[in-house]
Amino acid sequence: MERGIVCVKPVPDPKAWDRLRLDPVTKTLIREGIPWAINPLDKHALEAALEIKDAYGTEVVILSMAPSAAQPVLREALSMGADRAVLLSDQGFAGSDTLATSRILAAGIRRLKPFDLIFCGNYTLDSSTAQVPSQIAELLGIPNIMHVTKMEFLETRRLAVTQKIEQGYAKLEAEPPLLLSFTKEANKPRYTTFLEILAAEKRELSLWSNADLQLDPAFIGLKGSPTQMADLLVQPKTRQGLKLEGSPREMAQGLAEKLHQLGLI
Amino acid sequence: MEKPQIWVFIEQRGGVLHEVGLELLGKARELAAASGGTVAALLLGANLASLAPRVIAHGADMVLMGEHPLLEPYRLLPYTAVLARACREYHPDILLFGATSLGMELAPRLAARLNTGLSAHCLELRLDADGHLLQMVPGWGGGVVATIKCPERRPQMATVMPGVMKKRKPSQRSGEIINLDLGADLDLSGPRVMEVYREGPKETPLELAEVVVAGGFGIGGKEGWQLLQELAGLLGGAVGATRPPVDEGWAAEEQMIGQSGKTIRPRLYIGVGISGMSQHVVGMDGSEVVVAINSDPKAPIFAVADICLVGDFREIIPPLLEEIRRRLGRNKMN
Repeated sequence: MERGIVCVKPVPDPKAWDRLRLDPVTKTLIREGIPWAINPLDKHALEAALEIKDAYGTEVVILSMAPSAAQPVLREALSMGADRAVLLSDQGFAGSDTLATSRILAAGIRRLKPFDLIFCGNYTLDSSTAQVPSQIAELLGIPNIMHVTKMEFLETRRLAVTQKIEQGYAKLEAEPPLLLSFTKEANKPRYTTFLEILAAEKRELSLWSNADLQLDPAFIGLKGSPTQMADLLVQPKTRQGLKLEGSPREMAQGLAEKLHQLGLI
Repeated sequence: MEKPQIWVFIEQRGGVLHEVGLELLGKARELAAASGGTVAALLLGANLASLAPRVIAHGADMVLMGEHPLLEPYRLLPYTAVLARACREYHPDILLFGATSLGMELAPRLAARLNTGLSAHCLELRLDADGHLLQMVPGWGGGVVATIKCPERRPQMATVMPGVMKKRKPSQRSGEIINLDLGADLDLSGPRVMEVYREGPKETPLELAEVVVAGGFGIGGKEGWQLLQELAGLLGGAVGATRPPVDEGWAAEEQMIGQSGKTIRPRLYIGVGISGMSQHVVGMDGSEVVVAINSDPKAPIFAVADICLVGDFREIIPPLLEEIRRRLGRNKMN
């Protein structure tokens, strides 16, 4: 195992989500003033990579596509113990859907060749499509496994991987190169220390634009995305909003009566 | 508008159909009725003949069957190869997948191979005047619904969570069964399945329950959680959760409702100690009747509730249990 690449997505800090607002004119989210954070599941992907680094000395590279303002998130990822980070950042990447995003990340990964394993979080907190891991793997022409709860080496180049499925698990065996996307069950991400935060400041953080990736502008960004947002609607509120009054017992009786009237009990 | 070919991927593992495929057939029939299109079901695996009639009864005009001993159990790369080949041969306009563990892995890989668009976790699907599929997906950060289109590439692909669409009652209908050309060699590369194991059947799965009692951070601990279980048990329902109780370990990951969890549409949803962040609300807003119990009168959950109870759930639920038991005539048994 020479090199593992961990895909990390900076997302608006979930703690500040209630401050997100919709611009009524442009119908885009106003993210101003909302701090960035590492997508929580990506920490589990990073932890899985770092465990392999601890055991085999594998080089761990963080790869991310985000505005350059998200650099502190990559520093945070470096402070968990990764060796270096690459941030793919370009005006031309803006508006990419999952397929265009995957093309950009796959191009970044090709530039980081050779690699053995790619680690992703199973989904991101903000858009939650869970599409990018499978799409990166397809574009690279390598196999992938989602919903990973456990991985271990059986031999130098043979892995046993456990995958969560409905009401159970599937046990798979696979060889690198391979892309794995991790669930929360997989591990407990390590904490960083003050010394590691200092050490991370000295590690290499490269910024690559499309001048480095050389992707055809027709295949990236808004123009290169097969899906388009046609409309964005604020959901109309059609609920009754009936407020029950009185003591807790009176409210409980009122609720039971209502549920009975509605034929629910 | 041309008559579209609407395809639905029907998931089966070991000869057991996943309900979500039948639910999607219900929606596909609606789209076909609106456009004069046809509905085809895609069924992959070994020994599929006995499954096809049920798929037809639930709305398929045609079953495209990829039958091969090596297509059971499911493996991502062989499945992708067979489906990509079928799409290149028949050029479907629309292709729908359930957002199950299998569908979430397979649909994006296939979309990338076909160089087409895919939307995730659609709440509703409609056709516009030009015959484009309008895909309504939950947008985060304020209870919004984004409408996604894929105007230029085909097929227009979308995933839908189990429980979102309604399956039709099976009916006597006839349908054609077509065996897919699997090509000279199946792509058998990629991970090998060593073992598949299931945990025994548990309570009613959340997405199928008619009544869901959901708890949030306001429940405060496992003790409070037991009250929710008691209430759900009495109503014959299931217990759901927002993210914090899952993170705290009071509830299991499978119980999470919302953007990164399950989408539910029960007849009755009772949210207890839930603030009502949009990430949760997108997963429960399709419920028929929403009841909210929260001690904070300003909790956003009240804005999306039919019946609002402002107060401490520890004081409201015990008399509620009593009252429901009395009405159900079970008071003597306790």
